[in-house]
Amino acid sequence: MVVVIGIMLAGVLLGYVMRGDGRRLRPINKVIIGLIWLLLFLLGVEVGGNRAIVTGLHSLGLDAVIITSGAVVGSALGAWALWRFVSRRDARNDDARKSSRR
Amino acid sequence: MKGSLIIVSFFVAGILCGVLGWIPWDLTESRVSYWALCALMFCVGLSVGGDPESLRSFRKLDPRLALLPVMTIVGTLAGCAVVGLFMGGRSVSDCLAVGAGMGYYSLSSIFITELRGPELGTIALLSNIMREIVALLCAPLLVRWCGRLAPISVGGATTMDTTLPIITRTSGKEFVVLAIFHGFVVDFSVPFLVTLFCSI
Repeated sequence: MVVVIGIMLAGVLLGYVMRGDGRRLRPINKVIIGLIWLLLFLLGVEVGGNRAIVTGLHSLGLDAVIITSGAVVGSALGAWALWRFVSRRDARNDDARKSSRR
Repeated sequence: MKGSLIIVSFFVAGILCGVLGWIPWDLTESRVSYWALCALMFCVGLSVGGDPESLRSFRKLDPRLALLPVMTIVGTLAGCAVVGLFMGGRSVSDCLAVGAGMGYYSLSSIFITELRGPELGTIALLSNIMREIVALLCAPLLVRWCGRLAPISVGGATTMDTTLPIITRTSGKEFVVLAIFHGFVVDFSVPFLVTLFCSI
């Protein structure tokens, strides 16, 4: 994992050196999408090739779906609460800044 | 929406190839996905470093957003506890142990298989893979419904690697640093929380 993060930091540095007007590196977004497709395809191959997961999908899958939905909804609500807290404060600050300028 | 459908179809195509055995070599041995992940991270780095806007926006990031990993962990465990109360056959501590995997399916399923047996271990594997897939596929919807932090929280421990590219696309490049920090903290919590809930 440290290696992967290191590779990304190397990319950030190289991108910073090459950044120019910010337009030169725009085609990289297409490469990113292509790699996301490839990685999801590979994850699918791994899941599909694992007998234990494929046969387990029937009996244990429902339990997993229910627990996952609890985890997803709970964490999304946590994020929503923090996002509301942060953006409401921002909006108020922006208002204060606008009125003080007037 | 179209983007999500394309992503789903690639995933489904992969499952079909895996089930039917159309891929002649062993992918888990060949580490193709590891190198693809490295290439992906390098490209994400390039796009972040090469965008003058993204570097400027890091400085504008709110320090209170450092609380996000805590919100993720508390939210996940609360959600799993509520669900566990209504599930027959599974105790609340089982549900908490599975949920505490935070999408880190390899580690959490190994831990739970060791501590609670292969049945709950398989549930942990499935559930945490699902969580990663939900984070990947539903990120645009999560942003619309629950704000720009939601894909990061739902991504759990995976936000510093597999789900990072989708977070930069949906939440915005200014959240890259937060997503990596979040992934690191949540990742670190997984072994402790899973062991804790397995021992209750």
